[in-house]
This record gives sequence, C-alpha cells and structure tokens, in this order.
Amino acid sequence: MFGYEFMKEAFIASTFIAITAGLVGVFVVSRNMSFLSHTLSEIGFAGAAFGILVGISPLAGMILFTLVSSIAVGSLSTESSRREASISAISSLFIGLGILFLSLSSESSSYATNILFGSIVGISSKEVNQLMILALFVIFVFIIFYKPLSFDSFDHIGARAAGLPTRLLSIAFLVTLALSVSIGAQIVGSLLVFVLLTLPGATAKYVVHTVPKLIMVSVGLSLAGVWLGLYLAFVTNWPVTFFISAFEVIAYFLGLSYKNWKLNH
Amino acid sequence: MDGRQYYTDRKDSEEIAVIEAKDLTKRFGKQLVFENLNFKIPDGEFISLIGPNGSGKTTLVKIMMGLEKKTSGELKIDKSQTIGYVPQFRNIDLDYPLDIEQFVRLNLKFTISPTKRRENNELIKTILAKTKLTELKDRPLGLASGGEKQKAYLAQSLLNDPKILILDESTASLDVEVKMQLMDLVKELNEKYNLTVIFITHDYELTKKYTSRALFFKGKTLEEVKVSDVSEDMFEMGS
Repeated sequence: MFGYEFMKEAFIASTFIAITAGLVGVFVVSRNMSFLSHTLSEIGFAGAAFGILVGISPLAGMILFTLVSSIAVGSLSTESSRREASISAISSLFIGLGILFLSLSSESSSYATNILFGSIVGISSKEVNQLMILALFVIFVFIIFYKPLSFDSFDHIGARAAGLPTRLLSIAFLVTLALSVSIGAQIVGSLLVFVLLTLPGATAKYVVHTVPKLIMVSVGLSLAGVWLGLYLAFVTNWPVTFFISAFEVIAYFLGLSYKNWKLNH
Repeated sequence: MDGRQYYTDRKDSEEIAVIEAKDLTKRFGKQLVFENLNFKIPDGEFISLIGPNGSGKTTLVKIMMGLEKKTSGELKIDKSQTIGYVPQFRNIDLDYPLDIEQFVRLNLKFTISPTKRRENNELIKTILAKTKLTELKDRPLGLASGGEKQKAYLAQSLLNDPKILILDESTASLDVEVKMQLMDLVKELNEKYNLTVIFITHDYELTKKYTSRALFFKGKTLEEVKVSDVSEDMFEMGS
C-alpha cells in the first residue's frame, strides 16, 4: 500500500496526529475536558469552512477558530457547571456557522464531507509538513511544561496550594489542545477527532498508574488505531474514521472490563 | 542585610513568632470578612483555627499563603519558613489513575540530573515512611480510604520541607479512629521536626486533645484562646 504516494503521506501524517492526540489526550482526560475537546472539534469545523470561504487554507481557519475559542474558554468562569453550559451554547452556534460558511462558499460538498468525516486521500506533502511542524510544537510545549502541567492536571488543588501558576498552565494547555484538534481533524475529520483526543487517554487510565505510563499506553493505542484504520480503509475502501473509532471504542471497553475484573480479583 | 536583621530579631525575642498579624483586615469589595486581627504564632506550636463556617478561616489561610491579598494591616511571616498546605477538598474520584506514590511525586521539581533524581527518590522514600504510607504506595489513590487519602495529601505537602503546615479540615470526613491516627501522625511530625501546625477544624475533641491554643473567629475579629478555655459552643455552626 505504500506504493501509493497519498498513502505514504497519509501514514506519516497519521503517525504525527496519533502521537500528539495520544499525548494531549492523557491530560484532556485528567483535566476533565473531554466535552471541551468535542466542542473544539465543532468549532474547528466552522473554522475550516471559514478558511475555505475566505480563501485561506482550512487548516489555518481551523487553527484560528480553535485558538481564539480555547483562550476564550480559559478566561471564562472556572465554575465547571457554568462552563459546561456556555460551552454547549457556543458549540451549537459554531456548527450553524460552519454550515453557513460552507453554503456561502462555492466549494463542492465533498470538501465539506472531508472536513467533517476525515479522509485519507487528498493530504499533500506540503500539508504533511505543516502537520509535522505543528505536532512537534505541541510535543515541545509538553516537554517544557511536563512537570507542572502534570501536577496541575492530576491534582489541580494541590498545584494551586503549592503556588504553581495554574492559570498560565491552563492557557498553555488549551493552546496545545486547539492545535491538536486542528491537526487531528485533517485525517480523522473534525466530527471524530475527539475520539483520538479522549478515548486512548481514558483507556490508559484503567490499566496503568503513573503519568509516563499513561502517556505511553495512550500514544500506543492511538497509533495502533490510526495505523490499523489506514490499513483497513485502504483494503476495504471504507472510511478510515469508522475503523479508528471502532478500534478505540473496543479498546476502551476492554480497558474498563480489565479494571472491573482487577477490582474483583 | 535582611538576613542579619532577622538574626538579631531572633536573639532578642524570647518567643520566636513565625507568623505575626497586626491589625490585619480583609474585605471582598464592600463586604468585610474580618478586621484588626492581631495574633502571634510561635515556632513549633500546634494551634487550631476555629469558628463558624464563613467566618474567614480559609481566607486568612489564603492570605498567609499569598493566594489572596490583605486589604490592610500587616502579616509578617518569617522568611525562612516555607508553608505546606493540605486543602480541604480534592477532586479524587474512584477512577483516579495515579497510585499513592505517583500522587505524592507530583510535587517534585523537574530534573534530568541523575544525582538529583536519586535524591528525589530518597526523599520520596523518607516522606512515605514518615507518613506511614510505604506499604500502601502502589495503591491507586482513587481506591484508597479517606484516611489513606489524607495521609497522601499530607505527604505531598511535606515534599517541600515546610516549616509550617496548614491542615484545612483534614479530618472532617473521617471515622473517629482514623482521625486520631492522622492527628497522632501530625503530632509526631510536630514534635520530632518542630513543625509548626495550624489546624483548621470544627472538631472540639481534637482541638482539646492535640492543640495547645486556639485562634477563635468571633464575629469579624479573632481571639487567642487557651485550650483549657475552648468550649463546645465555639464550634456551633453559623452562630
């Protein structure tokens, strides 16, 4: 299958997507932001549609929208119930906007399908390079902030008590989350990018108990999902997103069963 | 310069105050939380901070930790004193993934130096032993009992080698027996390492048994009360 140039590109892109999503996902889960990452995907969709409409690239539009909104969320009330409500209000607005932008632009509807549902074809080598740079940036930020971000994500109250700059950490994290959503959506689609951003991290939580191991398992599951998905999509011509989400969901329930089994033994 | 000043201060005073408040006042906007608090906490004391809910105990502690600003007055904290704080609430649910040792380690500083790493490992070992968690270190914190969790919180806050430890209602949700165990442990740290302990509590029995004095929020002010004068009605909620 690597005889095809587009498969090679898709493979490289997915590998970087999986590593970033798996890494960021551990912190999405520990910071209870699964819901937010879902919303950011929808905002990303609107951003991509906006990008098409005004003639910048969909990726640039996505980054623009997700960055602005994630920073807005960061400065919103920290009270989680209010945050949930405002997030769902914002997300409905953005899906509507996305649909509006698409209908205003002259692009064909297959383009819209690609943004929403993802696609393994149509990633150019230039785009792959952009993805790689963004992914490396996200990984770099995580290396820099690893210790304090872990403290804040796994024990927010303790981190505050210890005098960590939790506000700054939260914004740094939201920025990387926004970028990860934008990167991931290129292959998995904006509708399901949160699958990669939440499920591997959530599954890891059931099987291992240290931060480095959580990251390893999450990245591993995420890589396994996209590689297997790409292969099966290539062979069957079914959508890659279906295979990835099926794999991650199965892994999640296996993880959950493992935890329950261990509790009773 | 500052250091020398502080040295002579120490020599002159008979009782070394690690925390001293003079006319300390706090308002949130127009609302007065407390005014003109005056108290001294000497080095190594085990003191309780009592008063009804909403009387300003946590706000006072936040000012001590620099998480909140005072409105006026003075709060002097000896510069050599690091503060460890064990907050009242933590978001630890059943699915919480980290084990006890990993949870404690969250408070370690990042390092790549192998020597520092070894030191850190030693430090963790010592702290786990001090807090009697060595045998429980691999248990996921989400599955630990209330008392074990409190010990883990305590252990984590001890990592920075604090000279002052603030316990914010750490015993509130525990069984009597577990409460006593935790307090015995804190008492032991207080005596062995001369740790100053500020214990925020609603528990009359524990105040009587473990602390030497109480700071009692009465209305908008604070009274220093001898432990023998502490009475049960001081703990009545919302009075």
